Amino acid sequence: MAVVFEPTKGLTDKPFHYCPGCCHGIIHRLVAETLVANDALETAVGVASVGCTYNSYEYIACDMVQAAHGRAPAVATGIKRNLKDSFVFTYQGDGDLASIGTAEIVHAAARSENITVIFVNNAVYGMTSGQMAPTTLVGQVTTTSPWGRDPSYQGYPINVSEFLSNLAGAAYIERVCVTDFKNIQNAKRAIQKAFNVQKNKLGFSLVEVLSTCPTNWGKDPLVAMEWLKENMEKQYPLGCYKGADITFDADGKYVSGAIPATANNCVNVGEVKK
Amino acid sequence: MAQKRVLMKGNEVIAEAAIRAGCRNYFGYPITPQTEVMHYMAKKMVQVGGNFVQAESEVAAINMVYGAAAAGFRVMTSSSSPGISLKQEGISYIAGAELPAVVVNIVRAGPGLGGIQPAQGDYFQATKGGGHGDYRNIVIAPASVQELYELVVEAFNLADKYRMTCMIVGDGTLGQMMEPVAFRDEEPIVNVEKPWAACGRKGDSFHHTVTSIYIDPDVLEKKNLELQDKYKIVEANEVRYEAINMEDAEIVITAFATCSRICRNVIRQAAELGIKVGMIRPITLWPFPYKAISEAADMSSVKAFLDVELNAGQMIEDVRLGANGKKPVYFHGRLGGNLPMQKEILDKIVAIHEGKITEGGNF
Ligand SMILES: Cc1ncc(C[n+]2csc(CCOP(=O)(O)OP(=O)(O)O)c2C)c(N)n1
Ligand code: SF4
Ligand SMILES: [Mg+2]
Repeated sequence: MAVVFEPTKGLTDKPFHYCPGCCHGIIHRLVAETLVANDALETAVGVASVGCTYNSYEYIACDMVQAAHGRAPAVATGIKRNLKDSFVFTYQGDGDLASIGTAEIVHAAARSENITVIFVNNAVYGMTSGQMAPTTLVGQVTTTSPWGRDPSYQGYPINVSEFLSNLAGAAYIERVCVTDFKNIQNAKRAIQKAFNVQKNKLGFSLVEVLSTCPTNWGKDPLVAMEWLKENMEKQYPLGCYKGADITFDADGKYVSGAIPATANNCVNVGEVKK
Repeated sequence: MAQKRVLMKGNEVIAEAAIRAGCRNYFGYPITPQTEVMHYMAKKMVQVGGNFVQAESEVAAINMVYGAAAAGFRVMTSSSSPGISLKQEGISYIAGAELPAVVVNIVRAGPGLGGIQPAQGDYFQATKGGGHGDYRNIVIAPASVQELYELVVEAFNLADKYRMTCMIVGDGTLGQMMEPVAFRDEEPIVNVEKPWAACGRKGDSFHHTVTSIYIDPDVLEKKNLELQDKYKIVEANEVRYEAINMEDAEIVITAFATCSRICRNVIRQAAELGIKVGMIRPITLWPFPYKAISEAADMSSVKAFLDVELNAGQMIEDVRLGANGKKPVYFHGRLGGNLPMQKEILDKIVAIHEGKITEGGNF
């Protein structure tokens, strides 16, 4: 009988600890499938961050390094500079990346580190029980914005993809979601594109995945998906913010499109001309 | 072995020694008075095909160190006191994940932004933790440029051997001073296998994971006990110190690094006054040479210790632990980036010898 579906080898057998309806599981799977599809499981090195996915290193089956809160892009820099031909990625939440780790993400992008960032934006600090994140929507109730986020008191959300796309070092930045089959397929395409960008040494790539946190949003999983579509997408429109015109051939080889100057100048991103 | 002697600055020797030790990764952030380490690396590291990254902060730099070490590569960062404070989070993670790393602290006077002159006020931070959790760093305090060279090379071997941070503690004087160095033709590099490194599975049936988080208390306790066992081995095997003029010594000076060089001259001056002064100079601040201090305290000739430091009295606590109340421990220190004059120390020795001051001491 033909196999129509099987678990990906990119994930270990360990059961996820994520809450029912949480998008982290779907996103893990997409990353894992991309590793397998590109024959990268044996060479890739991933960097787990601090958040609900602190132990994603137990699930994703390539080599994994656990980083301190917000520091994953710096850790990935240290790895990638040594393993220039291996796929190196970080998996970071919005508290991790957009709050405590702003310096690290901005400078990794500015240096055009040839790494890929999977940025999971669920508009709250999931792990520490739903505090306001830099990405929390205006009016959104969290444990630390009990009357809803009030810009006059708590400021405005940070649109990470938009602001990072202004940096010359960023090669490819796209925002996706995984609320339904079509969007999941689209997210997978984006992750594959980021993989290609890195493989061709074009520089920094980031895929922002809008994600639900049913537990801390206090919503049932399906309602949470709808809430994401209705509210988060307004603040965080889906789409490609940088590198939309970059194309690859069927073998994943770079064909055309605007890329950072670093990628033009160096065969190997991260090597200095002496 | 053919040795060529060259006149070099301490900070540059640190960088050169690292490269000679096979280190091909340097990540740092500018700060006085260690800047020359970085300048040297910016050029030399790139020329030898290694990685040099000027990080956005010391926090980022130490995490780049963490990444390179996790992937199995020799790596170094350097900074000075305020920057080392920022690195403490990363150093704690490096301890937890058991990664080999070399961290150089060219200490300046604190607290806060303090000043840029030489000091030893980071002794507690370096030897008693610094970051969170129960962990240790091997802490080495060279006293000359030649020693700086040899001990930086050694630091990489020790870091690899024990999978922990090896910290070189210097100060502005040592970093800035020029002295002749005799480089070896070949460095005694000990290459160790790193089967734990996360650099790709490459056919292994399991994936390598580098982490410091263990949510289960029993697992974490076991992990901690393993760390403590490792530290005991380091304590048993890696204590280094220099004993100077200890035979028949009446007063034993304890001092490290730059401060010990000033004290060395005082020994001679005291001898001219008929006072026999010896010195124990810890080279490893952790593990600390408690036994050497204890044995000195047992010597019938020894009347007292005089601990001299460029701080308000930090190593003195370890000297007291070693002496264990058997002999009094006096103190002389300077603060703010000032160095003691030889005369100040000599006066104190005379006063101790004549029984004119009380234990502890002033500045
Ligand atoms: C230095 C430091 N500060 C705070 C924490 C506590 N902490 C753990 S996870 C987390 C928030 C993570 O939120 P996010 O990155 O959005 O990930 P999520 O759990 O939502 O996926 C915080 C603040 C920590 N581990 N380390
Ligand atoms: S707390 Fe939120 S982000 Fe964390 S696992 Fe549960 S649903 Fe997912
Ligand atoms: Mg979050």
